[in-house]
Amino acid sequence: MAQDTPPFDPSQAAKFMLRHGHSAKLGLVYRDHGSDWVELELPWREDLVGEDSRQILASGPIISMLDMASGLSIWTKNTKFVGIATMDLRVDYQRPARPRSSVIGHVECFRLTNSAAFVRGFAHDGDPSDTVATMSGVFMSIEGDNRNV
Amino acid sequence: MSDTAQNPLTPYAKSIGIRHEGEEDGAPVLAFDFSGDVEGRPQHLHGGATSGLLETAGYALLRAELEKQQRRHRLKPINITVQFLAAGKQRVTYAKGRITKLGRRNANISVEAWQDDRERPIATAIMNILMADPDS
Repeated sequence: MAQDTPPFDPSQAAKFMLRHGHSAKLGLVYRDHGSDWVELELPWREDLVGEDSRQILASGPIISMLDMASGLSIWTKNTKFVGIATMDLRVDYQRPARPRSSVIGHVECFRLTNSAAFVRGFAHDGDPSDTVATMSGVFMSIEGDNRNV
Repeated sequence: MSDTAQNPLTPYAKSIGIRHEGEEDGAPVLAFDFSGDVEGRPQHLHGGATSGLLETAGYALLRAELEKQQRRHRLKPINITVQFLAAGKQRVTYAKGRITKLGRRNANISVEAWQDDRERPIATAIMNILMADPDS
């Protein structure tokens, strides 16, 4: 019996996904998406700074945001949710974010194969052409594979 | 007071429960307990939280080493590459780094994270860190 399930919608999925676990702890917020990309925001918060003396978001939460936006971009391009695991994630830091500034993460899934998904993205604090960080990553499908679970 | 005790953790590190667990071969061992704050898909560690622990362990090691050498720098991240080797489970996660190269301006550090079995890391990272002038 064929069933029409609506395609994965990150704006809807974000409503519950970002309210649990690590994403909720960081306060990640959904911003926007396209057919193969998703944009999240990490609002500035005192307890997420990287140095006591400077009011700049730490790099750790930015990695987490890019990781989360990666997953959402993969499901969006794939049009349905599948179990995936991050295999490799690289982040290059161009400059610190501005003090007390939120950081926006934009990630695009540019290629899907049977077993892997390839993503690239960037983080900025207002001007997308003046990046705080750029990233690339590879995710593996874990559907039906319980070896590591 | 040990070197690591003089290097307090960042507000971010503290907020996700990272703590100093001890020292091994002069390198700080950092850890966090599994909790909702570091959870990704249900009952598993979030890759971002694991990355945060790895990165924090890398900085803790470099700060301790620079202190031993009485060098003062402002540390700036250049990049980090994380490999995820196994799903993180509902256990304590540890991380410890090793300095591969300590130059005048740059340091290259590798870090491993593990849970029950030290010989079976769940993630590794390579970090490049710029050691800038302390007043920059």
